[in-house]
Amino acid sequence: MQIDHKEIAESAQYKSEVKKLSFHYGTFNALKNIDMVLHDKKITALIGPSGCGKSTFLRCFNRMHDLYPGNRYDGEIILHPDDVNILASNVDPIEVRMRISMVFQKPNPFPKSIYENVAYGLRVRGIKQRAILDEKVEVALRNSALWDEVKDRLHELAFNLSGGQQQRLCIARALATDPEILLFDEPTSALDPIATASIEELITDLKTKVTILIVTHNMQQAARVSDYTAYMYLGELIEFNVTDTIFIKPKNKQTEDYITGRFG
Amino acid sequence: MRSVKSLEEIRRIIILHKRWDLIFMITGIVALMIAIMTFMALFAHMLIDGLPRLSWEFFTSFPSRRPESAGILSAWVGTTLVMLVTAVAAVPLGIGSGVYLEEYAPRNLLTEIIEINVTNLAGVPSIIYGLLALGLFVYQLGFGQSVLAAGLALALLILPVVIVATREAIRSIPITIREAAYALGATKWQTVSDHLLPYSSAGILTGIIIGLARAIGETAPIITIGALTFIAFLPPSPVKDEFPFISFEWLTAPFTVMPIQMFNWVSRPEEAFQLNAAAAGLVLVVMTLAMNGLAIYLRYRMRKNIKW
Repeated sequence: MQIDHKEIAESAQYKSEVKKLSFHYGTFNALKNIDMVLHDKKITALIGPSGCGKSTFLRCFNRMHDLYPGNRYDGEIILHPDDVNILASNVDPIEVRMRISMVFQKPNPFPKSIYENVAYGLRVRGIKQRAILDEKVEVALRNSALWDEVKDRLHELAFNLSGGQQQRLCIARALATDPEILLFDEPTSALDPIATASIEELITDLKTKVTILIVTHNMQQAARVSDYTAYMYLGELIEFNVTDTIFIKPKNKQTEDYITGRFG
Repeated sequence: MRSVKSLEEIRRIIILHKRWDLIFMITGIVALMIAIMTFMALFAHMLIDGLPRLSWEFFTSFPSRRPESAGILSAWVGTTLVMLVTAVAAVPLGIGSGVYLEEYAPRNLLTEIIEINVTNLAGVPSIIYGLLALGLFVYQLGFGQSVLAAGLALALLILPVVIVATREAIRSIPITIREAAYALGATKWQTVSDHLLPYSSAGILTGIIIGLARAIGETAPIITIGALTFIAFLPPSPVKDEFPFISFEWLTAPFTVMPIQMFNWVSRPEEAFQLNAAAAGLVLVVMTLAMNGLAIYLRYRMRKNIKW
């Protein structure tokens, strides 16, 4: 897939550009020469069969692969507006993670109170003043549609919440630090349909505030929430376009087969 | 020919197969009983012999040539002080090493060799640690046959236990929790101090107590470094009534410990000393059981809020 980078550079609507990204787990080539863009304040979905590299791709955005030895990135992920290549070896992965938050597959709250879960990212950033913490925690919980349910028990353990509430808490935790991009790695795969619906609604609401990249194995979910969709297969980006086009008139035969359920 | 067996046949086969369940269960119960009964018999024997000797005076008297006035004062004080040194030395060293190996060490050959060594150290006979301590602490570093040397020797002995417990406890934290912390921009140290250590504290504490419970009964290394077997005075008190109120003189004092006091009494020919040994043994076993009980309780208390 080719993307015209010159055209992109002139436009301000991209939050991030991926240029010739390849990724290796040891000797295994998990991502092959990916070119893509993330539109600012839009939702981009990554779909594809298991093992196609969509989660691997997502985890490049917050340099999660740096936690494990033997991984190698090639190519660039440019973050706008300051045009920094977040994969560059002189960029500290911690700095990248402070700008780009992530929500995981299974709700993974810390065994701490609801309040401390949301405040942790702020504490890591050195914020100690109670008033600021209180305010940011409340805003994050409101933005993740959890405030009304938990405002009277902020100091109870996060584990006492239901699965869906825990995932919204994790979203609040990721939002509290005002990230530029929010990454979702199959955020509803461990939830029941009702909790899934509320998370999807929340994600749709969030795009006014933040650029979102979401991995999903559920094509209906991609169709429901995203503005742009990328179809990946065996580490390659097969097709990337406006979601409606991908789902109604895909250009690539492989994409069409996957979306119509003839394969995958 | 019918391929499906008749109901009677199926029932007969099930009964036949279930017989093995029964046989294994009986074997298991017998094996368990052998272990439990052995301990119970030993404990009961000690209880019958030792219990009548247990009195306030037994705890507050020094050893004596007359068995009826002999006590374990110097032994339990010595054991307490030695355990204190052991804990103070082994806990930070063990947790530090465990955290380093689990979180910081690069995955390479050297780390692997160190890991194998640490695991194997737990199986080294304790008298070898005694020899090491004799050469290193008693002579080389000049600590003498003191509480300090004994405490450090036992600290070395239980270090592998603490390291392995720390690593196991940290490893039992789900990877998703660790990734959640890193994804929020935490450094390694923030992840370790804010998350990994607090969430693994129950496991680490259990390891420490199990280690100390092992150290409290160790005799060989203590004899090797030359603990006295008959001692009728206490180490200097750690608390002084004049400035600076705290004294570390007790660290260099000669000492004895519970198992050595027991050993000393057992080796006497007089029947009455055997009873003293049983009583001291009773105290030692109760101390060990109490420590294990504490470990179980703490693990329960601290794990209550953590579900994964």
